[in-house]
Amino acid sequence: MKPASPFRLSKDTVERLLNFASPMILLLIWEACARLALIDVRFFPAPSKIFTQFLVMVENGLLWKHFWASMQRLFWGFLFGGVPALVLGVAMGLSRPLRMLVEPLVSATYPVPKSAILPLVLLIFGLGESSKIVMVGIGIFFPIVINAMAGVLEIQKIYFDVSKNFGASRWQVFRTVALPGAMPLILTGVKLGIGMGLVLISIAEMVGAKSGLGFMMWNAWEILSVETMYVGLIVIAVLGIVFSQIVTEIERLIVPWRNGR
Amino acid sequence: MSDVKIRLRELSKVFQTQAGPFTALAPMTLDIPAGCFFMIVGPSGCGKTTLLRILAGLEKPSGGSLEITKPAADRPSNSMVFQGDSLFPWMTVFENAAYGLRMRKRPEGEIRDVVGHYLQRTGLSRFHNSYPHQLSGGMRQRVSIARAFANDPDILLMDEPFSALDEQNKILLQEELLRIWEETRKTVMFITHSVDEAVTLGDRIMIMTAHPGRAKQIVDVPFERPRRVLELRAKPEYGELVYSIWGHLRDEVQRARALDEGTAS
Repeated sequence: MKPASPFRLSKDTVERLLNFASPMILLLIWEACARLALIDVRFFPAPSKIFTQFLVMVENGLLWKHFWASMQRLFWGFLFGGVPALVLGVAMGLSRPLRMLVEPLVSATYPVPKSAILPLVLLIFGLGESSKIVMVGIGIFFPIVINAMAGVLEIQKIYFDVSKNFGASRWQVFRTVALPGAMPLILTGVKLGIGMGLVLISIAEMVGAKSGLGFMMWNAWEILSVETMYVGLIVIAVLGIVFSQIVTEIERLIVPWRNGR
Repeated sequence: MSDVKIRLRELSKVFQTQAGPFTALAPMTLDIPAGCFFMIVGPSGCGKTTLLRILAGLEKPSGGSLEITKPAADRPSNSMVFQGDSLFPWMTVFENAAYGLRMRKRPEGEIRDVVGHYLQRTGLSRFHNSYPHQLSGGMRQRVSIARAFANDPDILLMDEPFSALDEQNKILLQEELLRIWEETRKTVMFITHSVDEAVTLGDRIMIMTAHPGRAKQIVDVPFERPRRVLELRAKPEYGELVYSIWGHLRDEVQRARALDEGTAS
């Protein structure tokens, strides 16, 4: 057996480096093309320019202000849309009559493009914070309600027999069988819903807000500050990745029985 | 063994299927004494699981009456050991075994003691934080037994709990079951398709007929307790009893097969 060379990288590290390499190489090509005037820098400013703009906006506090405004809306939207969706979805999975009652409403409203109802939401909830929160809430509601219901329906009947035989009350069945049993699919719904929430907050803020990342990008278009637009895009993209990672970590914590399967 | 624990009078079950009514259980009258290890053997589809599910409160009878002597107020009437995998995959071994007690909101200290005792009796103490998918089939079925015993029910209902296990595991678990049962001598209703298992474990064996299920014969098992599985099986009387029960059962199995073939063609 050959001794391991000190310069040998583990397979894990190599894969991580590869993951990191592709965006870096792309950025380098982009930068080179911009500097050599191979691309129109009015539309595709050099990454170094975007980064400079990012630092400026961090320093003058503008980025933080818009970021924070969006985060607050996302938080309340996730809460007000996600929690009722979770309870309703699990309850629909458990109760056939409730499912028969509510499912047609869900199937009828689900395919409506959420962005198309923005004017209506603005009309009903006005230009204040609530219309933005409602848009995010609607975005996260559907994937969670549908996944929670499907999650409960996928639980094998024997687990409900066990809980009944051991005298579980309705609430105990909800808490010990339906909710944990449906949790893997619910978390998939949360991930989809977060993506939807980010789409909708951007659109809602572009049209009806004076703060937030969506507004920031729209405003940048109006004053032709292309770098600012890219800063907004990148921040939203990073947000999406971070949220998804957080849910994955939560999954590891609360669905440990899925590990290694 | 004189008090009657379970009293069935003309108990029957008819399922409404698309092909019309299907009699799973013909009217059955039966008394099961308290503390009896009562075995039910019969060909598959003889309604034995239906009978157990009615006793467990998971199905409603279509006719007749069922009386079960009520236990003291704070004890459950029955707990079931299900056929196949019935452990909650999202709970650890301990949480699974504690399920009945948790549902009855017993104090945590008591739960720790009782569950700890039965996990120790089933040799699972080391695994109390494991999840079911990390255990073998035999270990999972042990947890299932610990869960039922820990709940301290008046009656234990067991639906072919060992049918999915290999022969060595089956004998080990039968031994364990007998040992744990000796501590409390609860009334047990145990379904099996194995005549060996019925004779090994039971005080009394009911042989059921196929389609519709009804009691064909009830046989007493004369062997002393406590029993040791392998020693018992070495006795000539054991072989004779198994042979005679097979005689009763063989006709039924053949009849069931003929019926199945009849419906299949």
